[in-house]
Amino acid sequence: MLELRSLDAGYGSFQALFGINLEVRAGEAVGVIGPNGAGKTTLMRVISGLIRPTEGSITMEGRDVVATPAHRIVDLGIAHVPENRRLFPRLTVDDNLKMGAYMPGARAKYAERLEFVFDLFPRMKERRSQMAGTLSGGEQQMCAIGRALMSDPKLLLLDEPSAGLAPVVVQQVFELVKRIRSGGLTVLIVEQNVQQVLKVVDRAYLLEAGTIRASGTSEEMMKNDTIKQAYLGV
Amino acid sequence: MQAFLDTFDIYLLEAVVNGILLGGVLALLALGLNLIFGVIDVTWICYAELVMIGMYGMYYMVQVFGLPYWAAAPIAILQVAALGAALHYIVIAPLLTAPPINQLLATGGVLFILQSFATVAFGIDFRNLGIRLPVLAIGDMHFSYSRLLAFVAALLGMLAIYFFMKRTYTGTAIRAVAQDRQIMSLMGVDTKRIYLITSALGGALAGLAACLLVLQYDVHPFVGLSFGPITFLICVLGGLGNFVGGFIAAFVFAQIISLGGLYSDLEWGYVLAFAFFIVMMFIRPAGLLARRS
Amino acid sequence: MNSRYAAWAVGLAALIALPFVYREPYHLHILVLMLIWSFAYTSWSIMGRFGLVSLGHGGFMGVGAYVTALLWNHLDITPWIGIPLSMVAAGLLALVVAYPCFRFRITGHYFVLVTLALSGIVLQVITATRDYTGGSLGYTPNRAPSGQGLLALQFDDKTTWYLIALGVWVVGLLIWRWVDRSMSRYAMEAISEDEDAAAAAGVNVTAEKLKITLISALMTALAGALYCQYQMFISPDTVSGIAVSLQMVFAVIVGGLYVSLGPTIGAIITILLAEGLRIGFGTKAVGWDNLVYGVLLVVFIIFLPKGILGSVLDKLKAQPKKPKTT
Repeated sequence: MLELRSLDAGYGSFQALFGINLEVRAGEAVGVIGPNGAGKTTLMRVISGLIRPTEGSITMEGRDVVATPAHRIVDLGIAHVPENRRLFPRLTVDDNLKMGAYMPGARAKYAERLEFVFDLFPRMKERRSQMAGTLSGGEQQMCAIGRALMSDPKLLLLDEPSAGLAPVVVQQVFELVKRIRSGGLTVLIVEQNVQQVLKVVDRAYLLEAGTIRASGTSEEMMKNDTIKQAYLGV
Repeated sequence: MQAFLDTFDIYLLEAVVNGILLGGVLALLALGLNLIFGVIDVTWICYAELVMIGMYGMYYMVQVFGLPYWAAAPIAILQVAALGAALHYIVIAPLLTAPPINQLLATGGVLFILQSFATVAFGIDFRNLGIRLPVLAIGDMHFSYSRLLAFVAALLGMLAIYFFMKRTYTGTAIRAVAQDRQIMSLMGVDTKRIYLITSALGGALAGLAACLLVLQYDVHPFVGLSFGPITFLICVLGGLGNFVGGFIAAFVFAQIISLGGLYSDLEWGYVLAFAFFIVMMFIRPAGLLARRS
Repeated sequence: MNSRYAAWAVGLAALIALPFVYREPYHLHILVLMLIWSFAYTSWSIMGRFGLVSLGHGGFMGVGAYVTALLWNHLDITPWIGIPLSMVAAGLLALVVAYPCFRFRITGHYFVLVTLALSGIVLQVITATRDYTGGSLGYTPNRAPSGQGLLALQFDDKTTWYLIALGVWVVGLLIWRWVDRSMSRYAMEAISEDEDAAAAAGVNVTAEKLKITLISALMTALAGALYCQYQMFISPDTVSGIAVSLQMVFAVIVGGLYVSLGPTIGAIITILLAEGLRIGFGTKAVGWDNLVYGVLLVVFIIFLPKGILGSVLDKLKAQPKKPKTT
């Protein structure tokens, strides 16, 4: 579904990603794990067009993502839940969800998608006329994921969904990811919480200093000695 | 003595009501400026000059081409909306990454351009529509219909903007851009397009104000100077980008100008408003609506 | 460095000698105007270079011009006293407006809009007090009886005015240089980068900004007063209001904001432009000069924000230096 080939990217003269090869197949959940500053968020931003690669290619179902204007990438079926959620704090939950369905294709299915999101997160229905900035951390994450789901994407990009949340809430968020998966949605998730994320995904890549160091199924990654020592603490 | 008090109160009441009526148009202008600042982070210091161009548009359509007022008004609104969009496209868009002060000064250049364009094209004579609306007399008080019309139309204009911002996808996107412009492309929103639409909306509000002001005041190339500065003070006091603050500040200032004008010339009303503004800076430095900590 | 001082000295000597050699009145008149406006633009740039963009300077200039003329006409106070008094008045106005702005961190757009309103209001006051100031029709200081020209600071002789304007212009440049080399410059640069950080580093932000603003306002008022004494006619449009403020910004941006002679270059260009248009179009020129100003201002901000002199100097600096032969 999504394919990255020898991708380089960075900010100005600073290069953050070096020759990344990565693939996400339809129906899969794939994780990208690694330490802070490894380039995980950059990777997500390149895929959704917030920054442009300096080298290499990205294709979504055979279509060239790099050549697509940033605001048209949603139309390819890619929805990005950014780091720190980035809700519009002074818009209501309803309006935030509405923004997720901004593209003409999504507007047509607005009512249907809204029902879907409210089924998934009944809490959002209760809070629908509340300002997004007043929600709790876990609720904000729901709202951010809900906003991304409003565009009826094929691929969901989740950037550090557990960041800044209380441990109990982290559990809930990963439960949510599982539920979203079971609906048949393809997921690419970036996480520092390696232990949790490996329980949710089928396969994972280890990203360190802007390059892919290892990849494999979750089981393989859990047995990998480097990962065990550096990230799982066993 | 009693007779003196009676007339005094009547005049005072008349001034208060006129102040409220003036507040409507000032609020309209403040809304346009706040909309553009809130969304694009740019202050159009040539905003009052856009109104001036709109007033000339009305003058030419009504007086020279003989169009009825109600037919000319929508054209004038569209014309100033197009001017606003052009201003953004030609001047602001190339400067979006420049220091904000450069954008502001560039609109200062546009102020020069519009004023001198009007001087060259229309001359420095004072012109008016030649439409005299009747005066409404309530007891001993007199209110001109042109002011009442301006007040009602300004409120309707603001209401239309309110519903546009609340109900439509584009309106919601405009509010969203003001809060987080970086992630708008993730929503599939083309920020450039939103900026252009916002600029056209800001222009349209200036156009509406022009249609209303031209009923009350003569138009000349420097007419913008008589309400531009006061609009800026309103926006600063209400908090740039703060729609509610601007709305309230507009009515406060209109009252000061109207009551100040009661006791002497209108110009002194402006001076009083400026003095009030300086005092308010000490009392509420963060704007009218700020809570004191 | 010595050669640089020598160049300045030679240039200045040439400028002083000029009216004794060359006496064409129209050209001298243009030179006097250039020097007075250069001084006004230099005053603006003393503030503007630190990001304190004021559009209130039209107000200060108007106060300088009108207070001097009103004191002379109504109270018989000689401009020798009237000019300092007008400067005090402009200084007070600057403090009243700037103090709350700086104290409560009104910066950027807010500051520009407040100062913009200030010049608008000064214009309104001049128009409103039309019984004294002549309103928008303009105002003329009374002619001094013959023999009292010095007392009234009125000279028919262009050479005298040329030398006065030259002196004031040089003083303006010296003040610019003094600010440029003072501790205030570092404080102000720190403030324009980050006010909170500067305050944390022990800079008294409000006081430093007020100091620079006061210097700038006093100089601008002096420019207004001199303009009035020289032209013997002032009107709200030519010495006050938003247009004059914008004209200052325009000239300084065209010339170059961060170079001492930038405002002077700006004045030369703008005055040549205005005079050229006036001669070229005659009375039809009304409005055209400002139209050209406006277009140039926009074009300059978009394409050449460092100004003509600034950009040229940048180009020169960018060229590899020739190896020194010793």
